[in-house]
Amino acid sequence: MINHFKGGIHPPESKLTAGLPTIDMPVPKQVVIPMSQHIGAPCEPVVKKGDHVKVGTLIGDSSARVTCPIYSSVSGTVKAIQPILTAAGTEMTSIVIETDGEQTLEEGFGPVEAETKEEKLEAIKRSGLVGLGGAGFPTWFKLTPPPNEPFDILLINGAECEPYITSDYREMKENPRMIMEGIMRVLDITGIEKALIGIEDNKRDAIEDLIALDPAYDRIKVISLKTRYPQGAEKQLIYALTGRKVPPGKLPSSVGCLVLSISTVSFIESYFRTGIPLVKRRITVSGGAVANPGNIRVCIGTSLQDVFDFCGGFKEEPRKIIMGGPMMGVAQFSMQNSILKQTNALLALTEDEINTQKESPCIRCGRCVNACPMNLLPLQMNALIVKGRFEAAEKYHVRDCIECGCCSYVCPASRHLVQSFRYGKAELALIAKAKQAAAKGGA
Amino acid sequence: MDLRLIGSSSPHIKDKVTTSRVMLDVIIALLPAALMGVILFGWRALVNIAISIAACVLGEYIWNRAVKKPQTIHDCSAIVTGLLLAMTVSPRTPFWMLIIGGLFAIIIVKQLFGGIGMNFLNPALAARAMMMASWPAQMTAWQAPNWMSAMSTEGLTVAVDSVSSATPLALQSLIISNGGVTSAQLPSYKDLFLGNVMGSIGETCALALLIGGIYLIIRKIISWEIPVLFAVSSMVLSLALGLDPLFNLLSGGLMIGAIFMATDYTTSPMTFKARCIYAIGCGLLTVVIRYFGGYPEGVSYAILLMNLVVPLLDKAFIPKSFGTLIEKKGEAAK
Ligand code: SF4
Ligand code: SF4
Repeated sequence: MINHFKGGIHPPESKLTAGLPTIDMPVPKQVVIPMSQHIGAPCEPVVKKGDHVKVGTLIGDSSARVTCPIYSSVSGTVKAIQPILTAAGTEMTSIVIETDGEQTLEEGFGPVEAETKEEKLEAIKRSGLVGLGGAGFPTWFKLTPPPNEPFDILLINGAECEPYITSDYREMKENPRMIMEGIMRVLDITGIEKALIGIEDNKRDAIEDLIALDPAYDRIKVISLKTRYPQGAEKQLIYALTGRKVPPGKLPSSVGCLVLSISTVSFIESYFRTGIPLVKRRITVSGGAVANPGNIRVCIGTSLQDVFDFCGGFKEEPRKIIMGGPMMGVAQFSMQNSILKQTNALLALTEDEINTQKESPCIRCGRCVNACPMNLLPLQMNALIVKGRFEAAEKYHVRDCIECGCCSYVCPASRHLVQSFRYGKAELALIAKAKQAAAKGGA
Repeated sequence: MDLRLIGSSSPHIKDKVTTSRVMLDVIIALLPAALMGVILFGWRALVNIAISIAACVLGEYIWNRAVKKPQTIHDCSAIVTGLLLAMTVSPRTPFWMLIIGGLFAIIIVKQLFGGIGMNFLNPALAARAMMMASWPAQMTAWQAPNWMSAMSTEGLTVAVDSVSSATPLALQSLIISNGGVTSAQLPSYKDLFLGNVMGSIGETCALALLIGGIYLIIRKIISWEIPVLFAVSSMVLSLALGLDPLFNLLSGGLMIGAIFMATDYTTSPMTFKARCIYAIGCGLLTVVIRYFGGYPEGVSYAILLMNLVVPLLDKAFIPKSFGTLIEKKGEAAK
């Protein structure tokens, strides 16, 4: 069954790098690894300045319940441990490692030996894996559903609906068998019966490659989805593949779904085979300003500057450097920022590619309403939030906004819609906190 | 190289549609009907249109200068208002009256309420209503189209004896009130469709308006439900009241109203359900006014009345977020 979610847009695909095989970027002189690259508690450094580390040495860990360990991606010497302003705009303790170029591997890696489900989940936690395409949710945590909401289906997100990005596509072209094996392994660990792989129909050859393999895997089915942004958004993907709708404020597990990305399952398989934790990843480097766009495998912690230098620098002046896709990615203000575990793309866009239109009054054209995949009224929420009426905006369900950007994309007045919703949600969170504190104080 | 990076919020890309592009599409869609107006009513129609547009654009320009707001005339919305205003009044409307109407539309109805997107009445229609109330005689002095066929002229002479004007709807009004006119004297469907009747510059040629409407729907500037439900509901009520539904659809301002006035973004509802109710309200009120009211025509008042309900309709129909429905169903099942 294939359903079409309501709304959405079809921006130019701009997948310039689809046909380019992945190349390995040589080890940079230095990497800077922040201690939080996941949702949950940040890690504490477990190495000191001057320590020698190898590829795969544990450098950050935490005893908190929801967290994810961090490993060195290079061999070299810890030069500094200091707070560094990250792409998110907050300061985060980071470990600066000067590389020795040897890339010696930490001892003791080998195929993972785990018998029980608990051991296997623990192994995945120790692998340092977070969702490789999204917000950085620790994968081990995702694999553990609340006891009253068991999974009955595994969904693999191969939509890659953001323009420019081709890193999951390259994984499908280069390692299809690894993906299938990874899915089987996850099915085995979680006890789920079957898996569906959802891929947008603009990646026909990848779909065919996987379908060619799928007779060997009778519990996995490949499904071609309509190419429409945001097909890869979790709730929209679940609806497209299963017809189930995740209620507002709920997680996919509430409808029995576990959603993982292509690169995530593929990494799980390679980890179980080698025992090497997450230290490298594939990113798409693209955009009109990049001299040689490509899909490259980089060490986590590599600076944006080093990545662009490797890609031949800029052939035109970039006006926006974006980590992630052009619809949901984060604009970067410093070339010293690092590639993180969840970074799937690095874009350098020219003046012509980005939106430079000035904001003007809303004409109530309703285009944002038609484009919103969450069935919201962006214009009304925006009008209320710019007036500071956050609680009124809440009645328009602003908290259900997934920040996909469809509304801003189609707005003829170029209203700063998504920006205002982020602001509104943050203010609402503060209001809720204040209320909670007041209630506690009163009691 | 020293980079000058922009650090603004996602999304970082946008389609090419702008406010002025949307307005330009509306202007393009109005052109066939405007052209027919000039063909039917002569150069005077063209001069009227030009004066009305000039008054509106100038009004907006002066207002923005006076209150020191950023200039907005480039968004083309004042051109749309001026064009619509000229097209909904008689070709014999005096120039000074058009100028007052245009300034009233822009300054009083639009800018005083906050400018584009903020006014709660359709500027062109509100100006027309003001002119109608202030100068009823001049506003109902019509002119025969150049193409008028022998047959309809015949019907007309009878009517002109009894009233000062004889638009098709005025004739219908006389039939309803037993004013000595029979339905045989009404213009043919063909004349109505091609616009070969008396009326405002842009409202008579149903064919030209239809072309504009289809253009707007194809370009996704308007959605189908408002014009279609406006038309259908007016036809249904006409039939129920014993009027000729097709005649009522093709006469007067119904087509221009349903396609270009009721669909005005600022003064129509946001969601599908609310739009349906609004459109049906417009259609029914139009016929009610035509049948029971003192005026032969009711389109503009019907739309203005429904404009007033829009904020309420918008509040009443806040859609549920994606996923909400299933939750309810699930609970019911348990
Ligand atoms: S798309 Fe922009 S101009 Fe149109 S209604 Fe939405 S916010 Fe207003
Ligand atoms: S309101 Fe939120 S969910 Fe809806 S289109 Fe805009 S960003 Fe996406």
